[in-house]
Amino acid sequence: MEESTVNHLLIVVGVLGGLLIVAPGLIWLERRLLALWQDRYGPNRAGPFGVLIVLADTIKLFFKEDWIPPFADKVVFVIAPAIVMVSVFLSFVIVPFAPGIIVADLNIGILFFLAMSSMGAYSIILGGWASNNKYSLLGAMRGAAQMISYEVFMGLALMGTVLLAGSFSLHDIVEAQRGMWYVVPQFVGFVIFFIAGVAETHRLPFDIPEAESELVAGFHSEYSGMKFGMFFVGEYLGITLISAVTVCLFFGGWLGPDFLPPLVWFVLKTFAFIALFILLRASLPRPRYDQLMEFGWKILLPLTLINLMVTAGVVLALKD
Amino acid sequence: MFSIVRSMWITFMHMFHKRETVQYPEQKNKLTTRWRGRIVLTRDPDKGERCVGCYLCAAACPVDCISLQATEDENGRRYPEFFRINFSRCIFCGYCEEACPTYAIQLIPDFEMAEYNRQNLVYEKEDLLIDGQGKYQGYNYYKVAGLAIGGKGKGEAINEDPPVDVKSLLP
Repeated sequence: MEESTVNHLLIVVGVLGGLLIVAPGLIWLERRLLALWQDRYGPNRAGPFGVLIVLADTIKLFFKEDWIPPFADKVVFVIAPAIVMVSVFLSFVIVPFAPGIIVADLNIGILFFLAMSSMGAYSIILGGWASNNKYSLLGAMRGAAQMISYEVFMGLALMGTVLLAGSFSLHDIVEAQRGMWYVVPQFVGFVIFFIAGVAETHRLPFDIPEAESELVAGFHSEYSGMKFGMFFVGEYLGITLISAVTVCLFFGGWLGPDFLPPLVWFVLKTFAFIALFILLRASLPRPRYDQLMEFGWKILLPLTLINLMVTAGVVLALKD
Repeated sequence: MFSIVRSMWITFMHMFHKRETVQYPEQKNKLTTRWRGRIVLTRDPDKGERCVGCYLCAAACPVDCISLQATEDENGRRYPEFFRINFSRCIFCGYCEEACPTYAIQLIPDFEMAEYNRQNLVYEKEDLLIDGQGKYQGYNYYKVAGLAIGGKGKGEAINEDPPVDVKSLLP
């Protein structure tokens, strides 16, 4: 009993610490990869390969003036960035990093993940609203519409894998992929989930709520210092979360040949998806706001429903 | 859909392209001798100042960054009492070099003159004067000009005939 408690605490602290290292590390990774794909070098001065830029960035963020505009709704303004961090961190609770390395193996794991990622929308809406700034409000409204609509088929796209595995627990879903990764039978589901995931983390090309070329910085125009930093960390952890969940649902999580330990397989796969996120950013332009909504409701939603129906039919037919 | 995948592929293949960045302080571009950078004042082959204080450079300067005061030495030779260029204003257009009748003011291919203090960008004559002749070797204004100064009378300059005696009819 004692030992399992200690073990559990170690896992919690390890996951938290690991994520807090990953988030700023991703900033460096993203800048280096973007530079690589744009024939530049990116940050390469501070430390080996410029990794110390992360330290410099963090110090800079901490020492920046933490300013709350006089016209802002102060309480909400302060709470908003915390919501995104908390909800993303809570989402990691259900991610199985390796057999046994999971904070809480909930039997409704995926529902919890969906609930928490919907909570992230609040931080955008509240942050934009509390800033009391036209651009922020525009960004917040766009963010709300985008995240609510993409939430719908993000959940529906997952249901195919849930049907195949017969469980909402991510651990069981990974175990069910021993024979074949779900990306093969659920390819449509994977593509839609990934697109919805990009929209959910409001990353480029779906950074409509931020849209710095149209809306200054969208919902976080008024934020500075560590409050802005928290939005930033939330965004990068969101990328990690979507990548990790994609790996668990469609790419067999920690499963892989025996020459590497399960955790390494999981991390490798997750980083491949993070790199894909960055590649998307490097190559695609931002669609117009109404194009994004149209694409979601008129193309992705029907596709998801068809995918779900077909999967359900096949599962039902094979059962008999 | 295809175009999205294709553009992602093209971006991905840029991984294997040569990087365009010039790593500046370690790796420098080669500048031509005609590069317009820092301004210097040159001397003639006899180590005298070439500048005769004609103010043409100050007049030509579109941003008014040159200021000088002409004066004469005991031989009647003109030179600037002070010569000051404010490099925080200078746009390195090279008009002063073109305006200069005596090749005194010249632009050289050095541009690394950043300073922490703005006042340090104001260069006085001591900072501007160099020992050499710059781009135009062997030119000495007072050796070719018809002007009489101490040590050189009328008609004694290079390629100059003695002055005509207007009071005489003889050729």
